[in-house]
Amino acid sequence: MQNNPPEHTITTKDLSIFYGNFLAVTDVNLNIESRKITAIIGPSGCGKSTLLRAFNRMNDFVPSSHVTGEILLHGQNLYGADIDPVEVRRKIGMVFQKPNPFPKSIYENIAWGARINGFKGDMDDLVEQSLRSAALWDEVKDKLKKSAYELSGGQQQRLCIARTIAIQPEIILMDEPASALDPISTLRIEELMQELKQKYTIIIVTHNMQQAARVSDYTAMMMLTGDSRSGTMIEFSETKLIFTNPRDKRTEDYVTGRFG
Amino acid sequence: MNNPQTDNFPEGPSFRRALNARYRSASLWQMVFLSALLIAILSLMTLLYTVADGAFGYVAYEYKHDPTEFSSTPLNELGKDELLSILQSNLSAGAFKKLDNEKPMASRSHADLYSLFLERLLQIDTKQIWSMTDSFLHAAEIRAEATHKYPDAQLEFRSWLTPQFLSSPMSSRAEFAGVRTAILGSLWLVGIAILFALPVGTGAAIYLQEYASKNWLTKIIQTNINNLAGVPSIVYGMLGLAIFVRLLEPLTSGAAFGVIDSNGRTVLSAGLTMGMLVLPLIIINAQEAIKAVPDSLRQASFGVGATRWQTVWHHVLPNALPGILTGSILALSRALGETAPLIVVGASTFISVDPSGPFSKFTALPIQIYQWTTRAQPEFHAIAAASIIVLLILLLSLNAAAILLRNRFQRKY
Repeated sequence: MQNNPPEHTITTKDLSIFYGNFLAVTDVNLNIESRKITAIIGPSGCGKSTLLRAFNRMNDFVPSSHVTGEILLHGQNLYGADIDPVEVRRKIGMVFQKPNPFPKSIYENIAWGARINGFKGDMDDLVEQSLRSAALWDEVKDKLKKSAYELSGGQQQRLCIARTIAIQPEIILMDEPASALDPISTLRIEELMQELKQKYTIIIVTHNMQQAARVSDYTAMMMLTGDSRSGTMIEFSETKLIFTNPRDKRTEDYVTGRFG
Repeated sequence: MNNPQTDNFPEGPSFRRALNARYRSASLWQMVFLSALLIAILSLMTLLYTVADGAFGYVAYEYKHDPTEFSSTPLNELGKDELLSILQSNLSAGAFKKLDNEKPMASRSHADLYSLFLERLLQIDTKQIWSMTDSFLHAAEIRAEATHKYPDAQLEFRSWLTPQFLSSPMSSRAEFAGVRTAILGSLWLVGIAILFALPVGTGAAIYLQEYASKNWLTKIIQTNINNLAGVPSIVYGMLGLAIFVRLLEPLTSGAAFGVIDSNGRTVLSAGLTMGMLVLPLIIINAQEAIKAVPDSLRQASFGVGATRWQTVWHHVLPNALPGILTGSILALSRALGETAPLIVVGASTFISVDPSGPFSKFTALPIQIYQWTTRAQPEFHAIAAASIIVLLILLLSLNAAAILLRNRFQRKY
């Protein structure tokens, strides 16, 4: 148990996400604690990724999408009129399901994001620090000018994490970051997440319940509910409680593999 | 216990019979497709053969004047100085001065002077020409016929496509006419067309793919672009005539820039018309190339805090560029072969001056071919065939450039 009251970074209030008239995610209320890993789990199509992408306004690129309710970052509504989504994405980085490095050199993959965001410091230093933080430096330090596509899938994904770290976000969103990787690479990503949470708040969407149990401190359980079959969060608590003593019967059925 | 559905499938010999029937119909279709391919190849071969048939073959010709009238030296031993003095003493003073003004006689090459000598003084008179096929199959008959009908004529197997043909300007005598003016005109045309159509087309494609919201207006615009790509080229010619030649004449004739004695029928007007013609093709090609850039790349860019323009400029455009260029080159090869809009816009049919700038009068290869094929004399048909070969080679090199570009820059994601 902690002595200090937990520090919340992201807070959602009655958050609902629509695609046109379709209600994809309804009434999510959750507090993301700083420098912890929060996992979002649930069956396919229940709106996990939609919720995650709402945090850095990636859903804006789906033309018909809109939200009601609020997502607060330190009390400021990310969907407020005076907030620019580019600024949000600068503070809340994202790692995607499939590794998607830029078709550029390893060095440029890291440097590009920093450069467009007006980084004025020593670029070589930043590249090295970011790659070290992503536990990739030793593997790539001799081929920084080589194409990122020459790396393996697991290395590419760590490069994507390094690219995200390079712009010094506060929060890192991970959308099933290991689902396209083999078990060894998955393990390395999970170890990396444990190191990263010293400095960053991490929110991860995963299909893999063992992964959620292994890496996360808090877990949000989502499920399709109601007549409209829209996704909602049915339970949110410390991970060990979700997996050992869930309050909701549906959570228990899901995490014990009885359905889903 | 049998599954009742199993009985509904053929078994054993009846299955084999059904299977053989399936193979028979498959091989029938395969034959149909193969013959379609053969017909296509055959048509193409016939086309190429017909062109080559006209461009090479026996020619019977004689000189209107005897070489001994001008010099006692045999023709092939005439030196440059000798040729120069022959020309000077036998041409009228006015004609010599005119030639000297075009290019100083003293600085002309031996080959140049020699062809002037042939053209102006000896005056080649082509009596008859034979096709390549006849020349190969009936060489003996042709020789007999030539000696019988034209006892004074010389008979030679000639390729009408020569380096001299490429480097000579237009002439009223087929033996001395060349396609230099037409090649330069065509290059000016496609140059102006690409300078206009590539930036405009790429810009339009970027806007439509990356910025425009998907609503009824963009759907209408998209449909119209697709339809414009199919509009007959002569319609673009009318458009060019109305807008560039007539309406914008002060600009396209160069009058606004101090060019005097010129009208709107310039290579600039024609190039812009060609640009309009290929614009829809370039937009559609560029849109396809932009669509092929995977969305994951855009997301990666947005994910590190890039604006839409940064995403387009740094990621979408560089990755779509090979496709855009390939499509543009293929569109240009269409412009290179277009004839109808040039006739409407007013290409010159007889011009021996090279285009020297955007406000020049011009001619183009297809115009030249068209013009020569309508002439009565068979030797003009022969040089038309030779220019078709030139045009085809130009087209093939453009297409080859497109393929090389694509292979050179092809990316994997």
